[in-house]
Amino acid sequence: MRSDEPVMWNRRRALRMLAAAGACATLRPATAPAQQRAILTRPIPSTGEALPVVGLGSWITFNVGDDAVARDACTDVMRKFVESGGRMIDSSPMYASSQDVIGYGLHKAALTGRIFSADKVWTSSGAQGREQIERSRQKWQVGRFDLVQVHNLLNWQEHLPTLFAMKGAGQVRYVGITTSEGRRHRDMEQLMRSQAIDFVQVTYNPVDREVEQRILPLARDRGIAVIVNRPFRQGALLRALARQTLPAWAAEIDCTSWAQFVLKFIVSHPAVTCAIPATTSVAHVRENMNSAYGRLPDEALRQRMIAAVERA
Amino acid sequence: MSEWWTYRLTSFLLFSPSTYYRMFERYNLAIWPAQLAGVSIGLAIVALLIGKRGHHERIVAGLLAACWMWIALAFHYQRYAQINWAATWFALAFACEALLLVVVGVLAGRLHLQLARSGVHWIATSIVAMSILGYPLLAPITGRPWTTAEIFGVAADPTAIASVAVLALVRGRIRWPLLVVPVIWCAIAAATLWAMDAPEAWVLLAAGLLALWPAVAGTRHDATDAER
Repeated sequence: MRSDEPVMWNRRRALRMLAAAGACATLRPATAPAQQRAILTRPIPSTGEALPVVGLGSWITFNVGDDAVARDACTDVMRKFVESGGRMIDSSPMYASSQDVIGYGLHKAALTGRIFSADKVWTSSGAQGREQIERSRQKWQVGRFDLVQVHNLLNWQEHLPTLFAMKGAGQVRYVGITTSEGRRHRDMEQLMRSQAIDFVQVTYNPVDREVEQRILPLARDRGIAVIVNRPFRQGALLRALARQTLPAWAAEIDCTSWAQFVLKFIVSHPAVTCAIPATTSVAHVRENMNSAYGRLPDEALRQRMIAAVERA
Repeated sequence: MSEWWTYRLTSFLLFSPSTYYRMFERYNLAIWPAQLAGVSIGLAIVALLIGKRGHHERIVAGLLAACWMWIALAFHYQRYAQINWAATWFALAFACEALLLVVVGVLAGRLHLQLARSGVHWIATSIVAMSILGYPLLAPITGRPWTTAEIFGVAADPTAIASVAVLALVRGRIRWPLLVVPVIWCAIAAATLWAMDAPEAWVLLAAGLLALWPAVAGTRHDATDAER
């Protein structure tokens, strides 16, 4: 973003695009000065509920078993995340002990009522779906999940009817589907057109931008919230970028690190609801959460950001 | 699994390297001084391979079986399964290997090793000795604390390498079913370490292949015996 082209343009544009999608366009408060520390949120299109644009993933990072020292470190990460205004925490039964560790941390830091709990169903057996979700809920130690997603579209044919029935009964609030690293996008598109899902979860970052072609526009058209996983390509993107100096113009959108640079790129796409970077470091979660404050790039600056990342 | 060709080894890695090695650190602290028993068992196996006393083959099979069963329960089932759901299956495979060693080697007495003083025998014995005395050194060599060292008899990787070396010396086709689990474990462990960018992956792979070589050489030996 150029300094003579303030963020109002970005806000207007975002509002126009979200309104066209039929969503409650509330990219709030894109024009607010960073020092006000009001976190940027996006509405979940199906209800209008506002979600902070940066969440917390748990793939690998929270899988620490029963190691008390590591569990306490994960608790500190969750505490800092919530203190910084974050809400969505995402996990899966596939992530081994991550669900137990989240439950431990939520209970210990008394965070249960302050988060948006997003989990997944991951079993090839449709009959075992409910049972697995209940086991996951017990591990999280929450009353109910806010969101349950079909992990990697595994047996969505049987799991989606189960999830819709649970939503109808008030046992979950939202239903979603996930993929990662560009897999099964055609199937995902088909489900986005045919099923009344609230969320999709995909991989998106300045390098992996395939979803810009079809998935993200379709999400806007259909009023589906978008969660972005693997924003840093499991850290590989940040390791590659670390060899380069952060461009001076990154300050125009309040970025002081490459992590913020990448996250601001992701959440500035008008179809994206929330990015979920994972970390075991309190310093990193603080840095990530700073991306949910201050100014966001406009389209011209987004293109410049892509070029900067591709040069690295 | 659809679009399987798009998956990389790292796609299957469920934990970070720090969590993996921290698991060994906590395991070593929890089971101390079982490591001393593991090393003693390993050295006893080396002595039996060199000395060839009466019933030594049954004893070697029994000692190996004890190590495999310990690792199945104390390591895979109780520890590793916390951070890797596949470890429950690893525990089952290790327990099956232990039972196979007991049935074939101890009860049936069919663990006939190739003669001492042959080239392959000395290679195998050296690999067993290195897996006991050398493998733990990988921890400090790669910059990890001693407390994360993987010890023969209680840790899967050095035990699998040594077992491949011993079982590759077994004469006849019975060696192959005995080798299945140890060889597959070496491959799985090397893949895990490779996904973590750990240099130990290459050590494990090289040692496993070298340890397997006597089995291939032994096949030719068996064929020669049959022609006679």
